Amino acid sequence: MKFLIRRVIFYVITAWAAVTLNFFIPRLLPGDPVQSLINKYQGRLSTDAIQSLYVLFGLDKDSSLWDDYVKYWAGLFRGDFGISFTYFPTPVSEIISQSLPWTLLLVGISTILGFVLGTLAGVGLGWRRGTWADGLLPVANFFSAIPYFWLGLIAISLFAVIIPVFPASGGYEGGLIPEFSGQFIGSAIYHGILPALTIVISSIAGWILSMRNMMVTVSSEDYVTVAQAKGLPERTVMFGYAARNAVLPSISGFALSLGFIVGGTLVTEMVFSYPGIGFTLFQAISSKDYPLMQGIFLIITLSVLVANMAADFAYALLDPRTRQEG
Amino acid sequence: MSVQIDPVTADPTSTATLTAVAVRSKRGRRVQLGILRNRKALVGIIILAVFVVLAIIGKWIAPYNPDTVNATAGLQPPSPDHWLGTTATGQDILSQLLVGTQGVMLVGLTAGIVATLISVIVGVVSGFIGGIGDEILSLISNVFLVIPALPLIIIITGLLPSAGGLTVAFVIAITGWAWGARVMRAQTLSLRKRDFVEAARANGEPLWRIVFFEIMPNLTAIIASGFIGTVIFAILSEVTLAFIGVTSISDWNWGTVLFWAQSSQALVQGAWWWFVPAGLCIAAVGTSLTLINFGIDEFVNPRLRSTAANAGVLRRKKIRARIGFTPVYRGKDNR
Repeated sequence: MKFLIRRVIFYVITAWAAVTLNFFIPRLLPGDPVQSLINKYQGRLSTDAIQSLYVLFGLDKDSSLWDDYVKYWAGLFRGDFGISFTYFPTPVSEIISQSLPWTLLLVGISTILGFVLGTLAGVGLGWRRGTWADGLLPVANFFSAIPYFWLGLIAISLFAVIIPVFPASGGYEGGLIPEFSGQFIGSAIYHGILPALTIVISSIAGWILSMRNMMVTVSSEDYVTVAQAKGLPERTVMFGYAARNAVLPSISGFALSLGFIVGGTLVTEMVFSYPGIGFTLFQAISSKDYPLMQGIFLIITLSVLVANMAADFAYALLDPRTRQEG
Repeated sequence: MSVQIDPVTADPTSTATLTAVAVRSKRGRRVQLGILRNRKALVGIIILAVFVVLAIIGKWIAPYNPDTVNATAGLQPPSPDHWLGTTATGQDILSQLLVGTQGVMLVGLTAGIVATLISVIVGVVSGFIGGIGDEILSLISNVFLVIPALPLIIIITGLLPSAGGLTVAFVIAITGWAWGARVMRAQTLSLRKRDFVEAARANGEPLWRIVFFEIMPNLTAIIASGFIGTVIFAILSEVTLAFIGVTSISDWNWGTVLFWAQSSQALVQGAWWWFVPAGLCIAAVGTSLTLINFGIDEFVNPRLRSTAANAGVLRRKKIRARIGFTPVYRGKDNR
């Protein structure tokens, strides 16, 4: 219990740090970004938007930094992230709530799939080390070094242009309206296959490699030899004795590499023009839509925190040593 | 002793012991020759060296100016004139890649060095001082570890008025040091209470001497592998940033090439020569760095090392590597 409380306190502090970082970054950067933005939009920004910009960048001379900070927090608790420039006057929170479900489904399913498949493959490879299976390692190694977005480009050119079996972009058929109907869900799944496959393939190699090395290390422990000597079935020794312990670092690694994977998947969305949060971020960057960028960063960070917390609790559940230590 | 000579020399196991000793001394030499004897690491170092050389001489050996627009030679597939074809505006892709290598390597190296410095300082200090200072430092590094780095980098560089190579390198370093610090702290913690450190302390050695001459040499492998890991992270981040167009699109690097390929519809036009080579370059550099890291891993972790070293021997004897045959046990028994 003490362990869990410590972790929860840690995540609260991290969330606070992320929000504060998000508040200070635009204020610490040099120059007068607002003026350059006003020039860029050439009179298309309303006075309200300009005022909110000055507030966002902390250039509002009328209020102190502390007042801004308190106001910022108050806004967050009301779910108010400001107003987007590009989709003016739509609030940022509305744009995010439209794109977040797409990302959660795509990234959630493909990340977990990659983890499970990669870990299983790593168990197999670690168990059969020193055989033909080691020949697969350089391949996995190569795949782990490929950036997500490039694999996406290759996937599009192979399966959408050269052999046109999957759509190259978008999250659903153009004419459809997002709703809970068989036709729409089918179309969404069809459009999701290629991006999901890209994410699974790019993330799987890392899990294979780390799991394989852990298996090699754990397999030479005495208790595994004893289990083998007792004549237990090979499958029992492999999964019940070796893999069970080897998977622990992988799970704590899962929590830590989540941020990295999420970063990669955001770019994958950009490549596929998938209507998720990464693509929205991409559009926000290209139109310098700062409130939207910041809102998205905050949402991504908070989601990663929640996922991290889940992985942490799973770890505590699986490994009794962590519970004792606390 | 003489009583024992006869049975021992008659016993076939003694020859086995002798060869085992010979094997062991050979292994000892391998350790001394260091990481270069590891085949994985050697391959990695060779690939990396090629790219480092290209980064230095790329500007001079590039056959064309990467910016020169040639309207009559747009979107040509690879040919003797243009080895990797041309872009939609007739720019030579090979030249773009060659000139761009420098940017990639420079940012990777700078970010790697800065991040490693931060992580060593934070990790060693927090592992060494303990107490409340340790709590605060590890809290900070854990916070940085959990906050997703790439979105943070995108936000910072997106807000900067002009993000050149060095700025990007520093932003990447500031967001990417935490993992190394965590590993370094764990290792320092385990070293801090060892006898040789206690002895140094009892001898009255000053703190800086204990840290730099007693602790640091034992961290070399971890520092090296942390450095390489950060360089991989930095190169991937930089290329990604250039690809999504956050950083300056007029500085050539591999990501910029991919940015132009994507925005000029190279995929739909089937211009594979535009986007495939850049990705292969990234993957090759990434693979070479991971190979070096595996070499370091195997160098440090004897279990991984002996598995790799004995795989061939086992295969020749037609033994399936399984639990009881783990070569580590053979080593232990001989010692």
